[in-house]
Amino acid sequence: MVQYTRTHFDASFAALSDATRRGVLEQLARADASITALAEKFHMTLTGMKKHVGVLEQAGLVMTEKVGRVRTCKLGVCRLEEEAAWIERYRQLWAVRFDELDTVVEELKRKEKVDGRKKRK
Amino acid sequence: MDARRESEPRPTKNRTTVERKSERELVVTRTFNGPARIVFEAWTTPELFKRWWVPKSFGLSLLSCEMDVRVGGTYRLVFSHPASPEPMAFFGRYNEVMPHSRLVWTNDEGGEGGSVTKVTFEEQGAETLVVMHDLYPSKEALDSAIASGSTGGFGETFEQLDELLVTVGAGVGRS
Repeated sequence: MVQYTRTHFDASFAALSDATRRGVLEQLARADASITALAEKFHMTLTGMKKHVGVLEQAGLVMTEKVGRVRTCKLGVCRLEEEAAWIERYRQLWAVRFDELDTVVEELKRKEKVDGRKKRK
Repeated sequence: MDARRESEPRPTKNRTTVERKSERELVVTRTFNGPARIVFEAWTTPELFKRWWVPKSFGLSLLSCEMDVRVGGTYRLVFSHPASPEPMAFFGRYNEVMPHSRLVWTNDEGGEGGSVTKVTFEEQGAETLVVMHDLYPSKEALDSAIASGSTGGFGETFEQLDELLVTVGAGVGRS
């Protein structure tokens, strides 16, 4: 079906290659959490956790929102899905166009046959 | 011409594929059952181009279509659609024109974020493989085209068209 972009897949795989980041995703699947809470939960420094969350965010797997002084993390609206949906609509546009172009091509081919030889414009 | 392989059963419609090849490039491919010169002619002759670029099922009408297909030549397409109070114009310039093999044009209606479209026509026996690359100036430009919901290369004015396409897509009923 839709062919996903390699760059985005790479970003997702890179994000998921790390055990801590997979843990963070599992955690966020249960409930939103602040970076501080996540750092505590995974026994990490705030800076370390920020880095992990940054990677997940880049991959579109996590979204963060700063309210006051607290940055809350939640599972991201999967950008891959959004992009795949757009690409499918884009594909449909071209598929419909190209199906019409088929008709034009068939017609020109028939005309060439009838004409016997092609008269160039 | 040796076209005896034609006897093989062939699906009535060839598949159109789209891939985001890189951060700033979309690639569309499609095979046509005809020689490259004919497919090229259909892309570069206004009277023919008009017939397929704006499929009837979109509810769009093409108000005007000017195409000066030569290096440095410009094009301008103006459409109207019942859902859009203003006509929509699409315009740009041909950077490369190689008969029967290659076309490159700019999409200037979107301003700086506009893509450059390259189309190659590659004859393979009795068929022609058409590969269309839409190259955006940056990852951000393509991302924002996607985020805006407009269908790439057509500017934001085509948002309504996207909605229509969902219907068309369902109606086309690919299996």
